[in-house]
Amino acid sequence: MTRNTKPLSLRVPEPSGRPGDTPDFSHLKLDVAGAVDRPPVDARPVQMLDLAFRLVRVLDDEGTAVGPWNPRLDAETLKKGLKAMILTRAFDDRMHRAHRQGKTSFYMKCTGEEAIAVAQGMILSREDMGFPTYRQQGLLIARGYPLVEMMNQIYSNASDPIKGRQLPIMYSAKDYGFFTISGNLGTQVPQAVGWAMASAYKGDDKIAISWIGDGATAEGDFHNALTFAAVYRAPVILNVVNNQWAISSFQGIAGGMETTFASKAIGYGLPALRVDGNDFLAVWAATQWAEERARSNQGATVIELFTYRGAPHSTSDDPSRYRPGDEHEKWPLGDPIVRLKQHLIALGEWSDEQQAEAEADAVEQVRAAGKASEAIGTLGQSRPSVKTMFEDVFATDDWRLTEQRREVGV
Amino acid sequence: MTEQTFTDADRADGIEPDMVDQTHAPASEAPEAPAVAPMNMIQALNSAIDVKMAEDPNVLSFGEDAGYFGGVFRVTDKLQEKHGLTRSFDAPISECGIVAAAIGMGAYGIRPVVEIQFADYIYPAYDQIVSEAAKMRYRSGGQFTSPITIRSPYGGGIFGGQTHSQSPEALFTHIAGLKVVIPSNPYDAKGLLTAAIEDDDPVVFFEPKRLYNGPFDGWHQNPVSPWKTQELAQVPTGKYSIPLGKARVMREGNDVTVLAYGSMVWVSLAGADHAGVDAEVIDLRSLVPLDIETIEASVKKTGRCVIVHEAPKTSGYGGELSALVQERCFYHLEAPVTRVAGWDTPYPHAFEWEYFPGPQRVSDALKSVMAGGR
Repeated sequence: MTRNTKPLSLRVPEPSGRPGDTPDFSHLKLDVAGAVDRPPVDARPVQMLDLAFRLVRVLDDEGTAVGPWNPRLDAETLKKGLKAMILTRAFDDRMHRAHRQGKTSFYMKCTGEEAIAVAQGMILSREDMGFPTYRQQGLLIARGYPLVEMMNQIYSNASDPIKGRQLPIMYSAKDYGFFTISGNLGTQVPQAVGWAMASAYKGDDKIAISWIGDGATAEGDFHNALTFAAVYRAPVILNVVNNQWAISSFQGIAGGMETTFASKAIGYGLPALRVDGNDFLAVWAATQWAEERARSNQGATVIELFTYRGAPHSTSDDPSRYRPGDEHEKWPLGDPIVRLKQHLIALGEWSDEQQAEAEADAVEQVRAAGKASEAIGTLGQSRPSVKTMFEDVFATDDWRLTEQRREVGV
Repeated sequence: MTEQTFTDADRADGIEPDMVDQTHAPASEAPEAPAVAPMNMIQALNSAIDVKMAEDPNVLSFGEDAGYFGGVFRVTDKLQEKHGLTRSFDAPISECGIVAAAIGMGAYGIRPVVEIQFADYIYPAYDQIVSEAAKMRYRSGGQFTSPITIRSPYGGGIFGGQTHSQSPEALFTHIAGLKVVIPSNPYDAKGLLTAAIEDDDPVVFFEPKRLYNGPFDGWHQNPVSPWKTQELAQVPTGKYSIPLGKARVMREGNDVTVLAYGSMVWVSLAGADHAGVDAEVIDLRSLVPLDIETIEASVKKTGRCVIVHEAPKTSGYGGELSALVQERCFYHLEAPVTRVAGWDTPYPHAFEWEYFPGPQRVSDALKSVMAGGR
């Protein structure tokens, strides 16, 4: 074939920086705090298309809350949120170390993303159902789920609430509005839509909230979830936590190079908000907006929470092999804990001393829980009865499982 | 080929809804006894969902074309009209979305009965069924469950070609946490579907579409008779259920045990007649849980076993049945356990009757087993 055109070439997206490079975030278009309008909760999606490409921010560089999205939270709520974020980080640090000490097989931190699960966990009630990924541990912590129970799960010990069956961090806490975590990415998002459909079907007042990472939006389940949410006007909040990285793949590989993840909502006819995920107040305000919308039977909202995965993907990951080592420090949206702390100090409600005290208190809480859990046992030192391995496959006994259990001799 | 083309043709073989005379049910003989009416399998399945919806507000039904239109095979016919738009509704063409939504609903605490239009199209939902529904009770320590029923027409013999004929049951029997049920007649279809809906675990319910309108024995040159002439088409109009995990002995015999399910039950009966062998034909009805006691007792009595299924032979459920029989009845066996199954090819169109395991092949297998094996 002869044509006067250049041969085609395949484009494979590449991140702005690799190991050894200087982090470069110049391509990011970040709105300043207060710049984005807040539409009425009953706005039609088509009236707010621009929000999918903007960035809702409340806290400015001085830690002052500005603009129409300022949720005007009282100091007690802010302090509660800050303490939960501090506790989440302290928990992560200890469990990451516990892995290095051989006390568990696996762990995943949420460093830099604490504001998201903590704020959203505080806004919605335990009656609403959260369909988390493995990086929303802040939800459990914000709701006061016992740290020792989380650790028992991580250690798969005799007191593990899910009986040693699941990989560490795949929590399940129904009473805390925390759906059982699956290793299969994206599956929980259309399930959240189904849960919300059931609530609407029953004429209930509960809503569902789900999370998915930037990488997993490429799964078909994400498309199915948005379709069903729109078709049946399901009362659900569909969060996309864009932390820029899916293990070693930057968000461009998931389709984030050409558009924003929030904008994916537009084609489904769903309203989209794109929010500074490191800004506790912006996360709060956007979630509250979506909650009110869902609760008043106006359907689902997609929220892209723009943040940065500060830690390795997991204890099995070494990010220095695929991204600049100091990229997190250079992240232009900063650290959610530092930013909320600055805000409380600016309000005259907090101090560096109180911060140090809160951090010490969090370390102490985690240490105490750690001692209690480790007294039961860490991985391999303690575990539920082997008999329980054969239980809960079905609601009732199955002869094959009875025979196999006997074969094991339990 | 459109779905409607052959369903209309099939329906002509069976009982049209207006042919069912509800007043002739034998209820008048005994006022306390439940009313009985002749039903084809479609009507029996429809009745099961209808009765459960009337009884339990937590039961709802949805799927592609399953709402207003009542399903391409009419199994959900008139449910929307009777029970309302939010209880029997149409779904987007997204098998993954349908099953995922059902799982979410089940986790909430209601009992969705969803339809996958053809078993051949269940694969987009496979991750949701295998990774989520099947494992939910286990992985959450019993906190969350999946009391959902996934209905799907399956099986061949209808010139459905590659994607309207498959029998994928082995892909589900292999999964811990799933129940797999396949009825072979209207009476069982209603009773088993009722039990599936009431079951607290996820049930994959495959409906042999070849049997929707009448029993089919595989002698495809012969005219097909409608269900109404069959005893098993006399279906109570009220509620009843058949426990999962109980096989039905369709024909008692002493020479050889035939294990079958779905359309192959009728093919096996015809095959036994053709061979003139005193075969005991067992309809398994549910593959998981499996009625191992009935199987074991029968093979110990007969000393021989032939397994018949439409699905391809390799790694089909017949392999599991064969292994179980060999493990449990080894010292009673007088011939190798034999499988009659679909070939290890995709399901073809033009070679329908060379592929579909018919009564001739069953008959040959029975004679061979009676002669001591291959």
